[in-house]
Amino acid sequence: MNTTIMLFLLQDGITNGAIYALLGLALVLVFAVTRVILIPQGEFVTFGALSYAMLATGQVPGTAKLAMAMGVVAFGLDLFEARRSLRPRRVARAVALNIALPAAIMALTYGLAGPKTPIAVNIALSLLIVAAIGLFLYRIAFQPIAHTSVLVLLIASVGCHLALQGLGLVFFGAEGLRGPALSNTALTIGPLRFTGQSLAVYGLTVAFIVALWLFFGFTLMGKALRATAVNRLGARLVGIRTTLSGQIAFLLASIIGAISGILIVPITTLYYDTGFLIGLKGFIAAIIGGLVSYPLTAVAALLVGSVEAFSSFYASNFKEVIVFTLILPVLVLRSLAAPAVEEEKD
Amino acid sequence: MNRRTPLIIFALVMAAIPFIPGVPPFWIVLLNNIGLAALVAMGLVLLTGVGGLTSFGQAAFCGFGAYTTAVLTTAYGVSPWLTLPLSLVVSGIAAVLLGIVTVRLSGHYLPLGTIAWGIGLFYLFSKLEFLGRNDGISGIPPLSIGNFRMLDPGTIYFAIWIAVLVSALLTMNLLDSRTGRAIRALRRGHIAGEAFGVQTPRAKLLVFVYAAVLAGLSGWLYAHFQRAANPTPFGAHAGIEYLFIAVVGGAGYVWGAVLGAGIVVILKEILQSYLPYIFGGQSQLETIVFGILLVVLLQLAPTGVWPWLMSRLPIQPGRRMPDASLPLATPVRAQASSAVLLQIEKARKQFGGVIAVNDVSFDVRAREIVALIGPNGAGKSTTFNLITGVLTTTGGTISVLGNKVDNAPPQDVVKLGVARTFQHVKLVPDMTVLENVAIGAHLRGSAGAISSMLRLDRADEAKLLAEAARQIERVGLGDQIDQLAGSLSLGQQRIVEIARALCVDPLLLLLDEPAAGLRHMEKQRLAALLRQLRDGGMSVLLVEHDMGFVMDLADRIVVLDFGTKIAEGTPDAIKTNPDVIKAYLGATA
Repeated sequence: MNTTIMLFLLQDGITNGAIYALLGLALVLVFAVTRVILIPQGEFVTFGALSYAMLATGQVPGTAKLAMAMGVVAFGLDLFEARRSLRPRRVARAVALNIALPAAIMALTYGLAGPKTPIAVNIALSLLIVAAIGLFLYRIAFQPIAHTSVLVLLIASVGCHLALQGLGLVFFGAEGLRGPALSNTALTIGPLRFTGQSLAVYGLTVAFIVALWLFFGFTLMGKALRATAVNRLGARLVGIRTTLSGQIAFLLASIIGAISGILIVPITTLYYDTGFLIGLKGFIAAIIGGLVSYPLTAVAALLVGSVEAFSSFYASNFKEVIVFTLILPVLVLRSLAAPAVEEEKD
Repeated sequence: MNRRTPLIIFALVMAAIPFIPGVPPFWIVLLNNIGLAALVAMGLVLLTGVGGLTSFGQAAFCGFGAYTTAVLTTAYGVSPWLTLPLSLVVSGIAAVLLGIVTVRLSGHYLPLGTIAWGIGLFYLFSKLEFLGRNDGISGIPPLSIGNFRMLDPGTIYFAIWIAVLVSALLTMNLLDSRTGRAIRALRRGHIAGEAFGVQTPRAKLLVFVYAAVLAGLSGWLYAHFQRAANPTPFGAHAGIEYLFIAVVGGAGYVWGAVLGAGIVVILKEILQSYLPYIFGGQSQLETIVFGILLVVLLQLAPTGVWPWLMSRLPIQPGRRMPDASLPLATPVRAQASSAVLLQIEKARKQFGGVIAVNDVSFDVRAREIVALIGPNGAGKSTTFNLITGVLTTTGGTISVLGNKVDNAPPQDVVKLGVARTFQHVKLVPDMTVLENVAIGAHLRGSAGAISSMLRLDRADEAKLLAEAARQIERVGLGDQIDQLAGSLSLGQQRIVEIARALCVDPLLLLLDEPAAGLRHMEKQRLAALLRQLRDGGMSVLLVEHDMGFVMDLADRIVVLDFGTKIAEGTPDAIKTNPDVIKAYLGATA
């Protein structure tokens, strides 16, 4: 092999790895705050990507309607839960968050969608739609069982994944879609050509890592989220609204997922079920990072991306096998290094 | 009603179904699918529901079973009956290799790890040339007995359901045994089990391999039922679905697996055949509805359908009472080379910069009750953990009857005759008092997993339960013997822990705050019991905060403060010791 091929593979690996890093970060975030292992993260990716791709062709994606429908269900749950104390303020708040917000997003989407809509508007609309879906997903599926075991949450998470993936097929069809590139500029250094797209991938990944690190390390809200993760009851006793923490975590995760999708859909064709596999590779990175460390997850994601790129060159048949078994040596190391800590299970 | 009666009725009903005139052949196919899924889910019940190890990768073990027989029967013409043991062995070996890596993972690493290797193996199946890549292997011969070939679903039905019933029986036998108790204790953490000699890593590996072998059996049956094997049914989604089945049915219950398989398979079938009529032929609607139904079901019944059903049954199964007269042999212990029972010399434990136990020395002699007291954070429980091997010492030596134990694992310390209770009660709440206490006698039995499954352990088991029943009677909880440990008051749970420790037939009993949460009369009963034990030849080392209780009971008292021993002596000497008063009440008192 020559250096040029190696550089190409490395570049390819880093671009993919950056996406896995973003997803890995979101998974770590959600797990740390809510103990949910977010299998539907992959659906956030495809929903974001394919909504953007459909908007680019001037069509209104079905996800806008889904956000509205989920809002209505969330509204129903809110009312049912508060049925003994239906004060006007509480109802007004529920209406604003669950009905007015998705309705506004849907109205905006219908109003703005068209063949000539600027890329920036399409991106903003896709992000808004997916963010609303993420928020309502937590409200509907996870908030009522937030106190149960990791296993029950995990199964619920799988249920959400199945439902959302099925909806993805309904909304976007079985055909794959591609979206327009964010920018057409390109930069050439030696044999390597950096497109504006890949530069955006790198830039946004780094920005998110720094932002999450700042958010969790230095803001009160970030610390509240971490406190919720460690001990829900304790967090509630000191006045942290754990429900809000969960909603914020899901909101961030869905936005990160949608951004990842929008970043890759100009590079590769995405199908309604592609997200699952991409999300799982984010998982591998998150596991290597131990589900706690953001920088380690980012490094691990770059490793996963690079291994994937190199193995697709040398043994393309066994690419997925190699990527997914990459986790085994890591698990061995972790289990050898892990001290025997007693876990108090609920 | 005999415990076996429902099983026999179920078996007869299942056997009769194919002979009922007018049963559509399609129902038999569905029942076959239910049986195949139930086998895998049954392994998951043991692994996840009972043992607490979540696995998404079970479908891959089905793949090992199916492909083993597929390759051997098609390429080498081996008889399907010969490939059955081979399929099980291949799944088992794969499970040992993956299990050594996987079962040591804690918490959420475990399920995530299983997703990862589950998918890795799926891609391996779909890429390997000799497994036929994505197309798989077809033309697998049917099962046959003599000239009778199981070609149609109605005949292999019997093979599948015999496998399900036999597996269910073996699994229930396993759970109701010495090994089964060790497995059931896994989910609550490893410290309690290990303190009574359970080799937790081995127990985890055992359930992992057991679950994989059941999955392998399902895969073998699947290959001969479909007469073909391709990678799709062994992928990530299948692995997820098996876990669903177990959780929907009730992850801790063997019959929950069968019920869950029935619910999920039939539900999917109904959704697939009726939804297109309702919604006009939209594809994949069933996954949407299926996913939503799953989330709703979990919100309504997070523990699964089987326990929900059982709690509504008018007849509750009766308990068998153990025959408390069966003798259990006293355990053989290492030779004593010192008259001092427990000798602690300059024991030290540092956590980073914190010195929790600072060069503490004291001893416990035969027939003596020694109390270890001190303010909160004085290092009393840490000292207990050092003695029992839960923590390793940073320095110093600890010996029992002259045999050095420092840094031996807890399973070896208990063999020397040291038994303990815990400050934070470590019982299995969904096991009865009898079963919990019987864990204490773990090392005094010898029956292994296979003899338990085949019910060859009954003599051994009856003796263990008899010993447990005697100890429960001894501590005065005879009336609660068949209640669930979690339903007792905290004070009673502490007493159950003492009974469990007594099942070791210990020389030295370590009690961590045994009187906390007890009422006055109960404390007096406990003190009388401890005196009686001492007079019977046992020594007791206890940590306790109730000074009245301690001063009344102890022969000698050791006082710790900030990890350091500040006083040692008779209760009367300690009461007037100025250092002790200063430590408890402050400088000016």
